[in-house]
Amino acid sequence: MSDTAAGLLQVGFLIGCLAVVYRPLGGYMARVYTSHRDLKVESGFYRLFGVDSKADQTWAVYARSLLAFSAISLLVLYLLQRLQHWLPLSLGLPNVESGLAFNTAASFVANTNWQSYSPEATMGHLVQFAGLAVQNFLSAAVGMTVAIALIRGFARAKTDRLGNFWVDLTRTVLRVLLPIAVIGTLALVAMGVVQNFSGGHEVTSVVGQSQTIPGGPVASQEVIKELGTNGGGFYNANSAHPFENPNALANLFEIFLLLLIPVSLTRTFGLMVGDKRQGYAILGVMTTLWAAFTFAATAFETQGAGTATQAAGAAMEGKETRFGEWASALFASSTTGTSTGAVNSAHDSFTPLGGGTALFHMMLGEVTPGGTGSGLYGMLVLAVLTVFVAGLMVGRTPEYLKKKITAREMKLVSLYILTTPTVVLVGASIAMGLATARASIFNTDSPHGFSEVLYAFTSAGNNNGSAFGGISANIPFYNTALGLAMLLGRFVPIILVLALAGSLAKQQPVPVTQGTLPTHKALFVVMLIGVVLIVTGLTYFPALTLGPLAEGL
Amino acid sequence: MKGKTVKQFVVAVRVLLVFTVVLGIAYPLAMTGLAQVLFPGNANGSIVKVDGKEVASDLIGQQYDGPQWFHTRPSAAKYDGKASAASQYGPNNADLLKLVNERREQIAKLEGVDPAQVPPDAVTASGSGLDPAISPAYAALQVDRVARERGLSVADVQKLVQANTHGRVLGFLGEPYVNVVTLNAALA
Repeated sequence: MSDTAAGLLQVGFLIGCLAVVYRPLGGYMARVYTSHRDLKVESGFYRLFGVDSKADQTWAVYARSLLAFSAISLLVLYLLQRLQHWLPLSLGLPNVESGLAFNTAASFVANTNWQSYSPEATMGHLVQFAGLAVQNFLSAAVGMTVAIALIRGFARAKTDRLGNFWVDLTRTVLRVLLPIAVIGTLALVAMGVVQNFSGGHEVTSVVGQSQTIPGGPVASQEVIKELGTNGGGFYNANSAHPFENPNALANLFEIFLLLLIPVSLTRTFGLMVGDKRQGYAILGVMTTLWAAFTFAATAFETQGAGTATQAAGAAMEGKETRFGEWASALFASSTTGTSTGAVNSAHDSFTPLGGGTALFHMMLGEVTPGGTGSGLYGMLVLAVLTVFVAGLMVGRTPEYLKKKITAREMKLVSLYILTTPTVVLVGASIAMGLATARASIFNTDSPHGFSEVLYAFTSAGNNNGSAFGGISANIPFYNTALGLAMLLGRFVPIILVLALAGSLAKQQPVPVTQGTLPTHKALFVVMLIGVVLIVTGLTYFPALTLGPLAEGL
Repeated sequence: MKGKTVKQFVVAVRVLLVFTVVLGIAYPLAMTGLAQVLFPGNANGSIVKVDGKEVASDLIGQQYDGPQWFHTRPSAAKYDGKASAASQYGPNNADLLKLVNERREQIAKLEGVDPAQVPPDAVTASGSGLDPAISPAYAALQVDRVARERGLSVADVQKLVQANTHGRVLGFLGEPYVNVVTLNAALA
């Protein structure tokens, strides 16, 4: 079979697998979030929490619960790292210093999983599985709760109630994430991923050299790293490490896992707003853009531009033999389109435009199909902007899903859309203005160096977490600036989305008339794609010309 | 208002505590227990033994110096199991260009072939620095040398290479590769 045929089949197989689970999982999640019944174990949990599961919250209380929970999570994760040396299973590693501990805590609580550190040399087993992995579940669940609250904003009428944050959080963890994680862990171990508590195992090779075979509860963490679109690797090399991603089947399974919830959630959305076609339209936009970026990345990688790349004969620097260019580009496009940020190859070593494609994919705002929950709410915000633009064209008050888009909604949408680019571009500008920050650049002999900085802030602001890994980010400036970028890029949009949900829920639905723009048809899909590309493309275009475009064209 | 906010923090602490026990302790322990029972070999790192001695994991690459062995790819981690890493060289990096050209010359000389015949994976470092695999092309390039150094027939060495070659999974996933770790273990 030719490389191209195999590569295309690989992409097709992935889409086929997602298509099979789309309806059952999307439907299941819709039932999870609309059911009035608590599971027995959940009732027990609510008693422990001191939560009344029947108490619906206003958007403000929902937001306060979410922020209080995230603040406590941040604090506890910070303390766990600062104290790890004195806690069990530290593997003898010292306490993590304060700047790095803040950056890492912010990173995992904000569902970003940017890693300024090399895990093998920094985090003991306890921090990994009782701290970081816990946030892999919980930060993903937080994203889901926001998406569900926004869907309720559209689905409900004349109410100021959006549901209960603690209930949505608990159900997400216990009914959605945990069951899939249990099955996924066993599947990954069956494929070769390790799962033990060993601190390392000495072997002596056939040439007499000793080597430490690393250990750790990797599979259980790997699965939620992908499923929760987190991306923080157990090992430094992330999903390029053979113990995290041993073969091409595991590789495909991991890509499947990171796309699974964001894709299926569009079905949940369609069901909950009572019109499945609305979900298909959103999915259509996500799929089209994801496919375009996947094929662009693949084309650039297989062409292999760059002086060093051409000297080598192919873009294999930073790529694993078992994956090659196609499976690496597929992973890269899926991880940057979902805010996962796991990597199975070094993006820094991608061809100029291949790496630039990954960078631009994040800049779309992580909506193709985006992170768990965050992808859907991000895309719905852009859908609101699209009906607004369409409304301006024909001079009608815009509506989306029978809700009027008024000045209040548009203010929230505009703030949402401005937040991340501001964080990214201001952050990158400050970094380029500081000599200490510029000194962290690794590839200094081309515009690639600027790309490393731009990539870092894009990744942090959009909560992706992948990196042009050459940059030495473990210095006080980056630990602080990127930590703040991750928190702002995560929680400011969340507050705005919840406010939007609250505002929508209060409205009385307007009847659909002849003049209503149908938001389930091809015309709307095309317009939404245009808005996604133009809004982000224009914002970031000047920055892109200084980095990947200058290097690649 | 104030009381309510305080209450949210109290709830938050309880929720985090309970979920840390469930997700941070019970879940990994239960998964480790199950994995150790169901797939002990995989769960413990797919250890390769030669004459009863543990020599490697068949997933983690090693460095094999000496002409009698098949060589793995260049590694930014020097195959240190505790320090997985990629080089992070950009596609136009001058240092990488120099390294690639040097490696190409060295390998061509060692194998006695034209530099143009050296495949890309032989002159580039992997993503993990622990890649156990090389391309079938790079393995084929090394067969003559290994056979000569070991006094084996080329056909016998080719057979061993064949036995350690993995095709694409399901015929279309990933790339074909030769596992150098298991290949060298078979030679040892």
